Amino acid sequence: MVSVTNLTKTYGSVNALNGVNVQVKESELFGVIGPDGAGKSTLFRIILSLLLPDSGEVEVWGFDPVKDYRKIRQMVGYMPGKFSLYEDLSVEENLGFFATVFGTTIKENYHLIKDIYQQIEPFKTRPAGKLSGGMKQKLALSCALIHKPKLLVLDEPTTGVDAVSRSEFWEMLQKLKKQGITILVSTPYMDEASLCDRVALIQKGKILDVAAPSEVVAGFDGKLFGVSGGNMYHLINACKSFEGVESVFPFGEELHLTFKDRDDHSEALMEFLRGKGFDKLNIRLIRPNIEDRFMSLMSSESFHE
Amino acid sequence: MRILYYLLQKEFIQIVRNKIILRLIFILPVVQLLVLVNAATMDMKNMEMVICDQDHSSLSNRLISKIEASPFFVLERMTPDVANGRERLESGEADLMLVIPNDFEQDVIKGQSGEIQLLANAINSQKAQLGYAYMQRLTSDLGHQFKLEMTGEKTQSTLSSTYTYWYNPELDYKFFMLPGILVVLVSVVGMFLTAMNLVREKEMGTIEQINVTPVPKYTFIVAKLLPFLVIGLFELALGLVIGKFVYNVPMQGSLWLVFGIASLYLAGLLGLGLLLSTFSASQQQVTFVSYFFLLVFILMSGIFTSVDNMPEWGQKVNLFNPLFYFIDVMRSILLKGAQFWDLWRQILGITILAISFLTLAVLNYRKTS
Repeated sequence: MVSVTNLTKTYGSVNALNGVNVQVKESELFGVIGPDGAGKSTLFRIILSLLLPDSGEVEVWGFDPVKDYRKIRQMVGYMPGKFSLYEDLSVEENLGFFATVFGTTIKENYHLIKDIYQQIEPFKTRPAGKLSGGMKQKLALSCALIHKPKLLVLDEPTTGVDAVSRSEFWEMLQKLKKQGITILVSTPYMDEASLCDRVALIQKGKILDVAAPSEVVAGFDGKLFGVSGGNMYHLINACKSFEGVESVFPFGEELHLTFKDRDDHSEALMEFLRGKGFDKLNIRLIRPNIEDRFMSLMSSESFHE
Repeated sequence: MRILYYLLQKEFIQIVRNKIILRLIFILPVVQLLVLVNAATMDMKNMEMVICDQDHSSLSNRLISKIEASPFFVLERMTPDVANGRERLESGEADLMLVIPNDFEQDVIKGQSGEIQLLANAINSQKAQLGYAYMQRLTSDLGHQFKLEMTGEKTQSTLSSTYTYWYNPELDYKFFMLPGILVVLVSVVGMFLTAMNLVREKEMGTIEQINVTPVPKYTFIVAKLLPFLVIGLFELALGLVIGKFVYNVPMQGSLWLVFGIASLYLAGLLGLGLLLSTFSASQQQVTFVSYFFLLVFILMSGIFTSVDNMPEWGQKVNLFNPLFYFIDVMRSILLKGAQFWDLWRQILGITILAISFLTLAVLNYRKTS
């Protein structure tokens, strides 16, 4: 129910968004995945009517963020990446304040936030600034939900949050989705992408791909190898110097590697590496994940440029 | 209107929670008015004087007793030694030094002009000038008196001028300073707090959160200005109470008029604070910029110095100085009992500035968000 067509936005000479096209469906958990500075926040801020686009069209349930910004503000909830509630107001006062400025009350929409808010309710008289990171996040989510928005926009909600809170947070999003709320979420973490219904991969203001996470992975054609053994840095350089190698990048304790013809030349590579004095070498065929697909899209994108 | 009420409620909760600001709101006027008004006095009373009387005549004695009786001078020391007197002047123990030479009385009796020498420490030029003027008056009085006694004839100056200081008959400097300091106080509190408050929302990122709510811009701005308008007027009231009970400053004119014009004045100054905050990204920036403007405004305003003595360009600059108008208004109403129509120029000036500042602030606020 959010449709973005040919959207561009420049800051000076920097192309923050460069002809972006995205369609988000009703009650969908839609992820925007990309590195820092890819244009995720800019895209969100335009949809939220916080920023004017240079050109292109945006529609949020038929409303234009430029002309009908009042309508849009009534129906979206926004949680910026940086905690931005009033730190000197208590948990309860923050929630109450955002409820009242939207012309509603905590009571009226309590059912929406109940699961989340209950966890921080014991601290409701505590100033928001004195909450822990995970609790701040829950309060921010409660405040973004209190007016029962149709669209919830979350800008890197899990950045700087511990692993347990992160998975809890995604569970909360799944529950909210079941209540019919459309969710637009950005993240730099590839592992979170698989939790979305569909994802858009964005880089340098361009959308590289929009698909369900499984389809994104399926888009990875050819064979992917995991290589390990010896000093990572030297190993990367050695692999790069092998003629048939297309891409190689570190992934955990392994290197993810593809050959130019996307076929299997592992024997030849092994031979080559042994000749360079590497031992304890191990190479295996692995299943690509979203990050692999993203990296390959990114490298082919820069190849085309 | 309901939204405005909730926004105001939020603002006041935040102000009350900010213990340092809250204390400052109460302590600032008390300290400024109790300490500054007394300390920043420019009363030229009690100037310390060293007298080197080398004449030791009845006339020189009369001169000395006249000096002692004057409220302007205090006899710091009598010394026959000019060098010693000069030392005292140089060391700062004395502000003035009077040398009465040997033949002073003789010369006067002979009908020649009696000469005395006055040396003044002119580091504070105002003090030196005033000391000189007072001394001249004192000696010419004595001269006429003496001549009358000696010859029975009046001197050529049959016209003698008498002085009355209107509106402040005792030349009480505090009456002059208090309204001025009060204006500075109200301005500092109003302008700084407004500017800081809005920039704080920017710094904390909360303005982003507000911007996605349906809160209209104007409501938000009104909610930002109104609390500080109220605080500014409260400071003014507190200051006037201190003025009345501690200094017994006269309040000749209508206090309604004072508060009416003060509201207008504050609206403009808060608008300026808001305008500056739209240009600034951090509280640090806005503090420095506000400080710059306030310092220029204060020093140009005529709080310490007479605006009429300024060069013409300075007086023109003051057309854009809200403090200049308001200090004039405060002094005129409190000390002189000026009425609305006596002050129409100042009120017009304040109104134009208020409308301009507020309009610019609102326009610029809309543009940046």
